[in-house]
Amino acid sequence: MKHLIKLTVNGEEYEVAIEPNRSLLDVLRDDLELTGTKKGCETGDCGACTVVLDGKTVNACLILAVSANGKSILTIEGVAQGGKLHPVQEAFIEHGAIQCGYCTPGMILSAKSLLEENPRPTEWEVREAIAGNLCRCTGYVKIVKAILAVAEEMAKAPVA
Amino acid sequence: MVRFEYLEAGSVEEAVSLLDRYGGEALAIAGGTDMVVQMRYRELAPKYVVNLKAIKDLDYITEDASGLRMGALATIRSIETSPLIKERYGILAQAAHHLGSVQVRNLATIGGNLCHAAPSAEMASPLLALGAKAKITGPKGDRTVPLDEFFTGPGQTVLKAGEILTELQVPPPPPKSAGVYLKHSIRKAMDIAFVGTGVVVELDGGDKCRDIRIGLGAVAPTPMRARRAEDHLRGKKLEEAILREAGEIASQECSPISDIRCSAEHRREIVKVFVRRAALQAAELAAGGR
Ligand code: FES
Ligand code: FES
Repeated sequence: MKHLIKLTVNGEEYEVAIEPNRSLLDVLRDDLELTGTKKGCETGDCGACTVVLDGKTVNACLILAVSANGKSILTIEGVAQGGKLHPVQEAFIEHGAIQCGYCTPGMILSAKSLLEENPRPTEWEVREAIAGNLCRCTGYVKIVKAILAVAEEMAKAPVA
Repeated sequence: MVRFEYLEAGSVEEAVSLLDRYGGEALAIAGGTDMVVQMRYRELAPKYVVNLKAIKDLDYITEDASGLRMGALATIRSIETSPLIKERYGILAQAAHHLGSVQVRNLATIGGNLCHAAPSAEMASPLLALGAKAKITGPKGDRTVPLDEFFTGPGQTVLKAGEILTELQVPPPPPKSAGVYLKHSIRKAMDIAFVGTGVVVELDGGDKCRDIRIGLGAVAPTPMRARRAEDHLRGKKLEEAILREAGEIASQECSPISDIRCSAEHRREIVKVFVRRAALQAAELAAGGR
């Protein structure tokens, strides 16, 4: 039996009728056509499917979409504001932290939420925060540098 | 993914009545980090899935005179980051930190980790070492079982049809006590434990061990207490030589298997080292007054 669910994704409301065995990842990609969120392993290991659900990063492949009814979700498509990239996105470009780009949406969301919780992370804390995001191109050094650079920028120009 | 009918429980009573009604055809789901994958690979094929995650009053971490109480829906991440747990029950925060990734910890719940009942369940050995109890709610009301009686086999618990785990209870830490969790795995993160060891030591007025509990994971069909090793240490001063003996005993009383990760012999060797190391570290912490 299909269920009618409501999702708020990147501030927009959607209503979709879905079978309960669909993952949130599939519903985002196939029903809402938000393909910025990637599908890697579908076992919770790679983090390509990372989205922010009610303020917390989660693996969209591990969530039954039906159970996300009424929840608010941020995907990579909602990270830039008013045509302006988020500082983490800027830093990834600047530091060459993007190769094929498959891990990037998930990496950016993990990095963004780390910096919101902990604006001055150590390198080790950065590495732990992205432990659930695998980069098959293995560009970790530049990814970590990019994230640390954002933290440094933020410390220089604290937001009022 | 398998097809199933989806039901949402808004309260514990509703969950119990749904699970009771559908019996063996229904499975309860919480964080879903294990179950969704198992249903995708058809390792589990329930006819009904009862989602517990919407039960509001099962997600809490509090402390009162009788100790720590964690609702079964408290997430692993909330246990990892709780100031109360870090301060008073640090071994739980340590173990939580080792479970999966941030994303997984944001979803996974303490109840789910225990009910999934993997021999390697990250949270089981620290909770065994803390002497935790599990509160179970079912059609006939509540019952409480010591956690070391909760697991009955790989993936098996004492939960009967219609019952759910609702709360974990941990007695307040005695003065001069401390716990340490050690995990052995190949990768530093995102890995299943070859061996997990949780040890809680309580010292007496002097420098002897008044009480000790040793929880072991991934070295038997269920998470287990190393009771003979504990008996060997109780009332003694925790020094290198006797801790070596205790490690030896613990490695004899566990019953590990060889699998893709690690051989049984290797697991026994790690148990020897970890029991000694964790007990030594815990004793040092406890002597420091915590
Ligand atoms: S696709 Fe979800 S973790 Fe890999
Ligand atoms: S840039 Fe290719 S997977 Fe990370």
